[in-house]
Amino acid sequence: MIARDIGEVILKVEEISLAFGGVQALSNISFDVREHEVRAIIGPNGAGKSSMLNVINGVYHPQKGSVTFKGEKRTQMDPHKVASQGVARTFQNIALFKGMSVLDNLMTGRTLMMKANLFQQAFYWGAAQREEIKHRERVEEIIDFLEIQSIRKTPVGRLPYGLQKRVELGRALAAEPTLLLLDEPMAGMNVEEKQDMCRFVLDVNEEFGTTIVLIEHDMGVVMDISDRVVVLDYGKKIGDGSPDEVRNNQAVIDAYLGVAH
Amino acid sequence: MFYRENGQYKTSYKADQALFPIVQDRIFIGLVMVIAFIVIPVFASEYLFRAIFIPFLILALAAIGLNLLVGYCGQISLGTGAFMMVGAYAAYNLAIRIPELNLLVVFLLAGFVTTIVGMAFGIPSLRIKGLYLAVATLAAQFFMDWLFSRVKWFTNESSSGAVSVPELQLFGFLWNSPVQKYFLVLCIVALFALIARNLVRSNIGRSWMATRDMDVAAEIIGIRPMYAKLSAFAVSSFFVGVAGALWGFVHLGSWEPAAFDVNRSFTLIFMVIIGGLGSILGSFLGAAFIIFLPIVLNQIPAFFGIPISTATAAHLESMIFGALIIFFLIVEPHGLARLWAIAKEKLRLWPFPH
Ligand SMILES: Nc1ncnc2c1ncn2[C@@H]1O[C@H](COP(=O)(O)OP(=O)(O)OP(=O)(O)O)[C@@H](O)[C@H]1O
Ligand SMILES: [Mg+2]
Repeated sequence: MIARDIGEVILKVEEISLAFGGVQALSNISFDVREHEVRAIIGPNGAGKSSMLNVINGVYHPQKGSVTFKGEKRTQMDPHKVASQGVARTFQNIALFKGMSVLDNLMTGRTLMMKANLFQQAFYWGAAQREEIKHRERVEEIIDFLEIQSIRKTPVGRLPYGLQKRVELGRALAAEPTLLLLDEPMAGMNVEEKQDMCRFVLDVNEEFGTTIVLIEHDMGVVMDISDRVVVLDYGKKIGDGSPDEVRNNQAVIDAYLGVAH
Repeated sequence: MFYRENGQYKTSYKADQALFPIVQDRIFIGLVMVIAFIVIPVFASEYLFRAIFIPFLILALAAIGLNLLVGYCGQISLGTGAFMMVGAYAAYNLAIRIPELNLLVVFLLAGFVTTIVGMAFGIPSLRIKGLYLAVATLAAQFFMDWLFSRVKWFTNESSSGAVSVPELQLFGFLWNSPVQKYFLVLCIVALFALIARNLVRSNIGRSWMATRDMDVAAEIIGIRPMYAKLSAFAVSSFFVGVAGALWGFVHLGSWEPAAFDVNRSFTLIFMVIIGGLGSILGSFLGAAFIIFLPIVLNQIPAFFGIPISTATAAHLESMIFGALIIFFLIVEPHGLARLWAIAKEKLRLWPFPH
């Protein structure tokens, strides 16, 4: 579809099992993600998609299984460590910093690259000032890319839903991740907003080469923009392959049509 | 004069990130500085310095410290009085045990001692939130009350923790007139306010606010929650500790632990709420409000010729306080500072409302 070089496996999830009390959110899930690809995770409500992302970036600690990212294998890791490996993410229910401006939200995305110490920051002196300006320039590029120049000083709590989703993508991009996890970035949007968001996701993937794992309910979108698709249902993997393969997979069709298990 | 942003184009990010990017704000701050450094010293009476300006400035400093923790980082603390107490007694011990120390160094070291104590009491914040954290910090209050009234070593063997400090000496001069004390406090508070302002517009301030607004998302973007919370406790306690030292040395001169009791903690919380959570300016407004309200309430009945007993006035004061706290919590949690911002926004658009 697009002229990108899909590379080696960058993320490998092996035999992940996760339970909350009696609820088995994920059972024995394995799949991999290749460098520069757009990998979709689909499945009915409650299938365990968001839980899977939470396992990947360390919010949930699975009872069993491992995650290997860039060759480094782990069973447990704190979210901020995962972030420092180059993983960023957006949430199904927007998780922006409501009291802060768009600009400040995006600047938090740069936090791992900021090295000035407390005293330099206290006097806004030396490295603190230099960094602030340098990262502001990068953040402004992202603001331009996402076409949100006019709202840069607005507190995000005052923005409409669609724009908040865009700002949240911006915050993740500000971290310049190698792996970007997007949890239903187009949910609740109108057609026009969806098209914009699709364009941004594809541009990120093509221009920056960012690897993307995407959860999405809109099948049209999934089929259009993803290279490979994982299908979850009741915490189990029931399909994995190209959009066409998945579309013709009987188990997947049954899951979506609600055939009894 | 109009409060306008249009026509003021920033040609660099440096200009846009200046402390006060809008010209009118710079003029406002300049005016405040002129009033604080020139007009007040020239015209104010000794009584005004002692009863109003000096306590106002010191409490504003403590309120800024508390606001960094509560308003910016979202961690509740009911132990501010206790941390002021630590600052005051730390300064006292340093001053009498090492008399050669410069007084400014004493205040700074007192701040550092309070930082360590504050961080220790901030550790529970890594596990608990809200009401539970409030109770944990309240424990600091009772612990310090006990410590300084019972452990004689800290109070140089004085009974019930009552101590007094010698006259203020700095750089070989006596600083005992009210106007000198006022200048001393003013310089320290102005510097600390600037530091606070710098911190909240820097990376560390953003990590506090991110932790306050959405801690899971903050961690996922790479902010270590432990670092964010403990650094907020540390910086906040430093401010509060220095304020405590100033309160003891400059404002009171002699004191006992009751000067920093739980009422002090609550008063500071009220200042921060009324002034505006998450605003440095608000910390000043809140402190001013709480210092001036009783004075105004005392004057109003006399002004209208209504006889009113001091007891009634005190009751009235509590009632009005209570009502205002509830008003601000429900209607305007960002306090006076937010009302000020709204007024500026209106002015910016005036006379065209849209
Ligand atoms: N923190 C949690 N505590 C308890 N149960 C949870 C938790 N997170 C997820 N679950 C449960 O795990 C299962 C999978 O949830 P998950 O949010 O991963 O589904 P999903 O595929 O993202 O669904 P949706 O399409 O509705 O977003 C659900 O049954 C959910 O109730
Ligand atoms: Mg979900």
